[in-house]
Amino acid sequence: MQSDKPIVFSAKRISKDFGAGKSLKTAVKDVSFDIYDEEFISIVGGSGCGKSVLAKIMLGLYQPTRGQFLYRDKPIKNLKDHWNEVQSVFQDPFGCFNQFFTIRSQLEDALNILKDKPSKEEVRRRVDEGLKAVNVAPADIEGKYPFELSGGQMQRMLLARIFALRPKVLIADEATSMVDACVRANILDYLRKLKDELKMTVVFVTHDIGLANYVSDRIFIMHDGKIVNQGTPAEVLDNTNEPHTLRLLDDIPEVHKTEWIKNSHRSKK
Amino acid sequence: MSENVFEVDHLGLYYLGRFGDKTHAVTDVSFSMKQGEILGIAGESGCGKSTLVSGLMGMCIPPLYPESGDVRVKNGDKMESLMNRDIEDVRANVLAQQVSMIPQGAFNALNPVRKIKDIAADVLKAHARPGEKQDAKQIYDRVYAHFDRIGMDTKRVLNSFPINLTAGERQRCVIAISTILLPKMVIADEPTSALDVSTQKEVIKMIFDLLDKGIFQSMIFITHELPLLYHVADNIAIMYAGEIVEKGTAEQVVKDPRHPYTQALMGAMLSTEASQRGRHPVAIEGAPPSLKNKIVGCRFAPRCSKACPDCKKNTQNLRIVGDRDVRCDYAK
Ligand SMILES: Nc1ncnc2c1ncn2[C@@H]1O[C@H](COP(=O)(O)OP(=O)(O)OP(=O)(O)O)[C@@H](O)[C@H]1O
Ligand SMILES: Nc1ncnc2c1ncn2[C@@H]1O[C@H](COP(=O)(O)OP(=O)(O)O)[C@@H](O)[C@H]1O
Ligand code: SF4
Ligand SMILES: [Mg+2]
Ligand SMILES: [Mg+2]
Repeated sequence: MQSDKPIVFSAKRISKDFGAGKSLKTAVKDVSFDIYDEEFISIVGGSGCGKSVLAKIMLGLYQPTRGQFLYRDKPIKNLKDHWNEVQSVFQDPFGCFNQFFTIRSQLEDALNILKDKPSKEEVRRRVDEGLKAVNVAPADIEGKYPFELSGGQMQRMLLARIFALRPKVLIADEATSMVDACVRANILDYLRKLKDELKMTVVFVTHDIGLANYVSDRIFIMHDGKIVNQGTPAEVLDNTNEPHTLRLLDDIPEVHKTEWIKNSHRSKK
Repeated sequence: MSENVFEVDHLGLYYLGRFGDKTHAVTDVSFSMKQGEILGIAGESGCGKSTLVSGLMGMCIPPLYPESGDVRVKNGDKMESLMNRDIEDVRANVLAQQVSMIPQGAFNALNPVRKIKDIAADVLKAHARPGEKQDAKQIYDRVYAHFDRIGMDTKRVLNSFPINLTAGERQRCVIAISTILLPKMVIADEPTSALDVSTQKEVIKMIFDLLDKGIFQSMIFITHELPLLYHVADNIAIMYAGEIVEKGTAEQVVKDPRHPYTQALMGAMLSTEASQRGRHPVAIEGAPPSLKNKIVGCRFAPRCSKACPDCKKNTQNLRIVGDRDVRCDYAK
């Protein structure tokens, strides 16, 4: 997309190394892209292909080893300022909540990082709204601690936090991997709505190319640290010859596929 | 007709809260399985799938308690109940040889300071029959033989610590370890949900391979991914708010769903087809009911597009609609 909108993230030939010598591991390899304001970008690829490292660079948690990475034309320096505008939902919902405080108090606390602190009533209202957005009745988590919820419910709590925070840019890493189709559709609808209403930019990291097809303005396909295919869903998915994209398309179990896998077990009957 | 290998009758389970309050996580679940069957159980997060698994294994450990019903497993030529028994007794006398579980997230919970071969050996040691003497060499030989038989790279994998394996490899190890006692049946709780689509397919291939080799015969496969179940399971049960709302063959439930909740799930499916692009999958508004209170009427009623006033009054029971079980008086 050659957008007339301002550029949010600009990556020029960035790489990220971990370790050195024999244990050198290059997680992101010579990657370039621009992400424009109000775009919905999906980054799709298999495990270990570098999606999360890229997401962490966008959050300022890692500096690229080589190349230039800019947020609104400037390198990321002050993380507190950066996070005032750029927020994330990460894999592993349990790691993100403290087991010793109620969910409600942690959701409300999250709003305290904002520069313009909302009033107490406003905080409560926004947390309630966030919970409703992810299909959880506020009464259902009242007084509850993280260990009392199932994995998918915890993942929804992370999203509720985002909905309450309303950041300018959202980096969502595997934010819907543990929820069912209905909740996923709900979350995507709500992300879309948030994006339209708040003019938010969304970077959505996922294994699920079907989800990316439905929701994104542009898709980046990653493999082994590189972006191997990018463009609109139509450009990336329809009639593609790119082997990694084909593999992702092939491996997703969809109902319209006649034989996703050879089920010798079932055919025996 | 083959006989049942597993039977569940009106099973109910609840969590006891800190203030004496109860969360009725599983209500009135009944099904039976024949030898060789793959039963898929699907439902949204929090609907009670993992809780049900604990109940199916007879593993009601506080704060989880049985409320009603029975679970029976074929042991020799009789059906043996797992309910209201000492957990150690169930573990030693029924589960070891009959039913093994792959817990949700187990591949991220492998003991990080032990090698895979030691973790596997521990399972064999823990299940040695009384009086049975096994020296270390015999045990490790069995571990190698099992991993070799199911096609794992024994040299590398068995000598690795969990952290040095990929998520997919770790999950394959968990499956290998869970089947090392050659159970008749395996209950797998979201074995592929945290994996990417390609790794997921590898793991499913491995599971089919184990079935082909006769390492185990029947399986309960739990997931929230209905399309995956369509390709894996013979029969599918859909859970909503602790109850089974529809149960039939994979073809019936996925291609011709009759319960409004199953229909909504299918309507919310995302796809890679160009024709689907830009289509809005229809999300169901609202949330499942709180399981703390006694629920009167249909549990899906507050979100059901077909609900009528009677739905909120009348408790729904499973009845046969279009050759499968549906918990809705109005389904056709
Ligand atoms: N802090 C780190 N130190 C060393 N290597 C790392 C570090 N973080 C990531 N890596 C490596 O970089 C590669 C990319 O990792 P990343 O977590 O970004 O993958 P991913 O695409 O997000 O995978 P998944 O979908 O499983 O989360 C992997 O090979 C990983 O092992
Ligand atoms: N330890 C617990 N204490 C109280 N409630 C619990 C506990 N674990 C789970 N629950 C509740 O039981 C219900 C079912 O949870 P679970 O079986 O984990 O769901 P899932 O289908 O995602 O596996 C949810 O409402 C959940 O909040
Ligand atoms: S009983 Fe009524 S509310 Fe419940 S699923 Fe059927 S039509 Fe919907
Ligand atoms: Mg990741
Ligand atoms: Mg679960």
